[in-house]
Amino acid sequence: MVIFGIDLVLLISALMISATPVLLAAIGEAVVEKSGVLNLGVEGMMITGAVIGFIFAVNTQTPIYGFISAAIAGALLSVLFAVLTQYIMSNQVATGLGLTMVGLGLSALIGKPYEGIKSPTLSKIEIPILSDIPILGPMIFSHDAIVYFSVILVATVAFVISKTRIGLVLRAVGENQEAAHALGYKVVRIRFLAIMFGGATAGIGGAYISLARVPQWTEGMTAGAGWIALALVVFASWKPWRVLLGAYLFGGITVLQLNLQAIGVAIPVEILSMSPYLVTIVVLVGISLFGHHTAPGSLARPFHASQ
Amino acid sequence: MIRLEKRRNISKFWTTVTPIIAVFLTMSFGALMFGLLLGDFSSAFGAIKLIFWDPLFDENFASYARPQLLVKAGPIILIAIGLSIGFKAGIWNIGAEGQYILGAIFGASVALSLYPQESILIFPAMILSGALGGFIWALIPALLKVYFKTNEILVSLMLVYVAENILASVSQGLLRNPEGMGLPGSRNLKDYPSAHNSEIILNSGMHWGVLTAFLAVILAYFLFLKHQKGYEIRIAGEAPKAAYFAGINPSKTIIFCMGMSGLLAGMAGLFEVAGPAGQITMSFNSGYGFTAIIVAFLGRLNPMGILLAGLLMALTYIGGEIAQLMLGLPGASIQLLQGMLLFFLLATDIFTNYRFKSRGS
Repeated sequence: MVIFGIDLVLLISALMISATPVLLAAIGEAVVEKSGVLNLGVEGMMITGAVIGFIFAVNTQTPIYGFISAAIAGALLSVLFAVLTQYIMSNQVATGLGLTMVGLGLSALIGKPYEGIKSPTLSKIEIPILSDIPILGPMIFSHDAIVYFSVILVATVAFVISKTRIGLVLRAVGENQEAAHALGYKVVRIRFLAIMFGGATAGIGGAYISLARVPQWTEGMTAGAGWIALALVVFASWKPWRVLLGAYLFGGITVLQLNLQAIGVAIPVEILSMSPYLVTIVVLVGISLFGHHTAPGSLARPFHASQ
Repeated sequence: MIRLEKRRNISKFWTTVTPIIAVFLTMSFGALMFGLLLGDFSSAFGAIKLIFWDPLFDENFASYARPQLLVKAGPIILIAIGLSIGFKAGIWNIGAEGQYILGAIFGASVALSLYPQESILIFPAMILSGALGGFIWALIPALLKVYFKTNEILVSLMLVYVAENILASVSQGLLRNPEGMGLPGSRNLKDYPSAHNSEIILNSGMHWGVLTAFLAVILAYFLFLKHQKGYEIRIAGEAPKAAYFAGINPSKTIIFCMGMSGLLAGMAGLFEVAGPAGQITMSFNSGYGFTAIIVAFLGRLNPMGILLAGLLMALTYIGGEIAQLMLGLPGASIQLLQGMLLFFLLATDIFTNYRFKSRGS
């Protein structure tokens, strides 16, 4: 399957890998926003996950410890945001930006000694029978554990949000915080947990960049992935499966432009490198033209029980 | 049990005091952090002194550092003043870094296309062109927000990455120095008298950009205190519904706020590239567009506050460079220090907006 000098099997398989970091971060942020909180610190939590995951994976030579520690690091960093916005009622936009800045500074600082080292890589898991299907097998069923994990996570989040009581409460808190509070739900506690979940998945997403996609540590290596994850949530109209769709579309564009660079198409490299960001803008416009604006009703509104 | 009660009006006293508390908390935690980093807590205090005190008052550094204070504070203040206008109205332009880059490219292009002609009109034309570059770049998220309701935070930020790619492209292509032996980067504007943003007072660090920043502080002060437009912006931010019913056009407010902040960021970029930086290179931008966000908040979106906060932030840059040189502290620690400052400020804000009451009273 080679079209215009690009192998389609490799392309699809590469786009799943390339999409996984943003997918993980975006699915977490979708849950956070469903609970009515806007955390702009995704980039900071991702890069912190990237560096912490890298450090632990290198020192233990076990990638999975890297991912676990990245999840913990992301969640811990998000606690800062949660305490500030939920208990001290600080402005969510400013606090999220601060989180990103702290994350970028912190990661650059602690990652310095680890520059130029190679990390242990994740092994591929060939799913029995399915991976033997021609074309589809090597495309979709021959990936590392985190790629599968990200898809399972999307399915789980989709199920929990739409089919379970926990999901119903989460949505209630996000749609109308006063009503949820009046019904006796602990708005702040629920949001706190949602924020931590978002932090953990952003951390794993970041670690996937430094442990699988690159795999190396360089300062500022997330290069806006966290912001793209935020845009994806809007693109997906806060629906989990659409987050997956958006992430793979975005991954496709990223991989395609890298492929086009590699085969030397007569388009300047800079135009190709800026294309993922331009496409994100175009998609945001398209969504507001054709999509429904279904942002959670209480998004980014502070909540204090006395009001 | 202590509980919180929201204040009817934010406390003036705490608005002024909390930034000072935040600075002291940052210094304390910074000392702790440096102690851990250097593995030696006795020198941690020295590191803080090196960053916050020595650039101004130590004879070894002051002659270099004092002028640098204005050089670094100028662009930061100029950008932050612009951002504060939007932030007051609840319009979040966080892509000033991109507008700054575009301003520099637009402004420098004028000079590079006229080289080597000399005329007194070249520098003013560069300033206008730089302002236009930033303005156009900020107008994109503004118009998209007005016409398509897209989120200006995301669009303006995406445009930073686009601007960085444009910068990489022009510094290796369109604007590359034809006599630069193939190296990336434009001609050095310091060697082009008509285009050079020179110091107004020798060895003071005071160049035209710094003067513009001071002017912007004064103009912003009058905008918010005396002018109808400033009042409309404040209402739009504090009570959007009231603003709407009072006939204040939200679209115009968005375009005005985004446009002004882009214009000032573009000018800041031009002054930097024509002065301290000298040439368009792939990495001439140093993150001032992001630092300015912290400065706008630290200065409480108040022009005088921004002036002070900008000077403080410039101090951390210079002190950071000195600490890097003297103690081998990594450059990123300063970035972390700046992020911490914003966090502590937001945390101490609780005193401004809430009153503590013990239960039962």
